Amino acid sequence: MPNQDYNELKKTPLYDLHLSLGAKMVEFAGYAMPVQYPAGILKEHLHTREKAGLFDVSHMGQAFLHSLEVERGAPGAHEAIAAALETLMPGEISKLKKGAARYTVLLSEAGGVLDDLMVSRPLRDDLQGMMFLVVNAARKKEDFALIQQKLGDRVRLDIAHDRALLAVQGPKAAAVVSRLIPGAAEQTFMTMRGYSWPAVDNGAYVVVSRLGYTGEDGFEISVPNSHAELLAKALLAAPEVEPVGLGARDSLRLEAGLCLYGHDLTPETSPIEGNIAFAVGKRRREEGGFPGAERIQRELIEGPKRLRIGLKPEGRAPAREGAEIQSVDGQKIGEVTSGGFGPSAGAPVAMGYVEAGFSKTGTQVNLIVRGKPLPAIVADMPFVPHRYYRG
Amino acid sequence: MTVKYTEDHEWVKAEGDAYVIGVSKHAAEQLGDVVFVELPEVGKTFAKGDEMAVVESVKAASDVYAPISGDIVEVNSAIVDEPAKVNEDPQGAAWFVKIKPSNPSELDALMDEGAYKDFAGNS
Repeated sequence: MPNQDYNELKKTPLYDLHLSLGAKMVEFAGYAMPVQYPAGILKEHLHTREKAGLFDVSHMGQAFLHSLEVERGAPGAHEAIAAALETLMPGEISKLKKGAARYTVLLSEAGGVLDDLMVSRPLRDDLQGMMFLVVNAARKKEDFALIQQKLGDRVRLDIAHDRALLAVQGPKAAAVVSRLIPGAAEQTFMTMRGYSWPAVDNGAYVVVSRLGYTGEDGFEISVPNSHAELLAKALLAAPEVEPVGLGARDSLRLEAGLCLYGHDLTPETSPIEGNIAFAVGKRRREEGGFPGAERIQRELIEGPKRLRIGLKPEGRAPAREGAEIQSVDGQKIGEVTSGGFGPSAGAPVAMGYVEAGFSKTGTQVNLIVRGKPLPAIVADMPFVPHRYYRG
Repeated sequence: MTVKYTEDHEWVKAEGDAYVIGVSKHAAEQLGDVVFVELPEVGKTFAKGDEMAVVESVKAASDVYAPISGDIVEVNSAIVDEPAKVNEDPQGAAWFVKIKPSNPSELDALMDEGAYKDFAGNS
């Protein structure tokens, strides 16, 4: 991007590597990030679904949270830190298994989503009472301030400024990652393990989570900044791996039906409206005890007034974020929050919010694109089947 | 006649008594992989600078403006069926429309190849 001062932007430890790979850099959440490499968004997207893509997601916020109430590894340490976290989020944290990761949300007092995040519990007994958090880049400052403010007397927040995050996604991801980190291939979807890498004395502590943002099998690897480029180059040396930028990351997650915070989820939307009720634990639906519980419990019983749904436009014209959704008789019933062309779907795909009465799969609607109604149907998500490794 | 260019990255070239119009190679590269093209109907009249066609890549939508005033006499439906052609041969087989100009002198204000290269290099 010419005529922009990139000196003002933050850089990830892979910045120089991106430039050497010929990336087109853009600003994202205050960082200079690769939007695409010379192969282009379409090829990067398809390569990820066919083999494996490497994504730099070091801009995301990583933190280790330590209980101040019970000593690490002592009985009750996990229960203590889980109880603290559960005051801010509706996920089932206390019964989260050792070595498991959970998708949940930070909530406002009004029950709106302040961010969506991953919360992971260590496997090792001596690490109980610690949790690993990964939050969105654009929200990390606010998220960590909220945790510090609300839980500062119960937990110690250790923001991992010294860590990068690399995602390896695609059907070949397990083969590639396990060549470098033996053991990773045995992990199942939504598990987290710590390893030493390279596997020699004084290797770096890497945290490997089997999850991602593409709908494919894959991993996110938290690695010290000092070892980030070394790991990225080792991954890129695998014949199955190509670098993939934020452009394809967005089209991949859209096809997978996954939310982009700030677009598909905002402080105004509840997790029930957002169609991510699975982020609210079963026990917690009954018990409450999280911000906005009253609204969320009511929406669970009565149904939300509006709902996030998938949309398949007819023809080839993509409907983008902001396009009005109308009923076939011309009434405004909602708005597209993410949309574009799905390279694997081979067709335009979108998601948006509609009044609950129009949320049933198969409902005919119109999307207003360049002033003209574009016929579309409400469709199930994901648009491309998830291929997670469940063992 | 030689190819002329607009500041919005369209190219124009004479062909018989009409002018062929498309998007420049530079524009196609900037757009990235084109996935959708919408062309006007034959017979439609545009004034210079009017939105005439739409081209969308995976990431974004862009308007294509009429570089000169006139009537559409032919459109290239091949790029509607296969939008990727716009990336493959933007200044050849992937032309967009042919216009019969109402005021051919409007062409004088457009850039020649050298001026456009300088312009595109700085944009």
